[in-house]
Amino acid sequence: MDQTPYLISFIALAALATLATRAMPFLFLARHSRHPLLEYLGRYLPPVLMVLLVVYAVSDLPMANQQWVISLGSLMAVAVTQWLSKNALLSIALGSFLYMLLI
Amino acid sequence: MHLLRLSLPVLFGYLPLGMAFGVLFVTELGLEWYWAVAFSIIVFAGSAQFLSVGLIANHAGLFEVFVAVFLLNSRHIFYGLTLLSSLNLKGWRKAYMVFALTDETFSLITGLPKESGLKQNDYWRLAGINQSYWVFGTLVGALMGAQLTLPDLGLEIVLPALFVVLAVEQYRTHKTAGLMLIAGLIGLVAIWLWQDQMLLLSISAALLLMLMNYLRQQWTKHPI
Repeated sequence: MDQTPYLISFIALAALATLATRAMPFLFLARHSRHPLLEYLGRYLPPVLMVLLVVYAVSDLPMANQQWVISLGSLMAVAVTQWLSKNALLSIALGSFLYMLLI
Repeated sequence: MHLLRLSLPVLFGYLPLGMAFGVLFVTELGLEWYWAVAFSIIVFAGSAQFLSVGLIANHAGLFEVFVAVFLLNSRHIFYGLTLLSSLNLKGWRKAYMVFALTDETFSLITGLPKESGLKQNDYWRLAGINQSYWVFGTLVGALMGAQLTLPDLGLEIVLPALFVVLAVEQYRTHKTAGLMLIAGLIGLVAIWLWQDQMLLLSISAALLLMLMNYLRQQWTKHPI
């Protein structure tokens, strides 16, 4: 079966859905950009969203049979390394190596 | 050179992550490598692209595809909101910046220290540099996946590790420990309540709480 038409429609719709979320504020909310509420959200939302993304991504890791020790331990290693070194490569490589070695 | 150095954290996330997407796409779906690359050029949304592999495998309906990708990416609405007042690009530069506003690019430009001295034009260039890492990683991964059968390496750790690095940098810049702790609790409760829609649920809850806090602050300043 030729999947080409399906894949082209798939890519087009996925791209449209993604673009919709990214363009919406610029298209509909531009006149209110100095509103104190938007400035409040602009300041405090990024750290909140980053934490939620961490929790979301962690929930896809294996947790059964004490695997959570390896999953969470590796990520703790990432966090501590990043805090001390400010070196993203080092932090991600070290944590990932630890995880791949142990899992 | 300055921009390339600033984009290094994203390089080290996007290259392995793009490769993971390319390998996964080609080996799971048995499709040609250029489809994976097309996703990374045209869609350019990490978690939605990984989700797409599952959706294509199940031959999901196109309406479901649109809804799933929109919800998964709904957090981007708030990225745009955050940047409304600080982004002054025009024309195609702005269009591209908006198109390419991923988690990592957003976090990079909002987490930059003030002394980095970036100009408006550097923002879309940074976004372009980041996308080129992503597309290149995808290309390499897709070609590798087409050539050989890889052992299960445990590549799933790369995405959470990347977000942990970005969260640490957000904390370093904003020093919002209490807020981030509450966000973590909200995330855990959302997983416990409705794991499939965890992101949407937790973002809605966090927004609602922040809105209430904002109104309370306004009330203390200007009681009616």
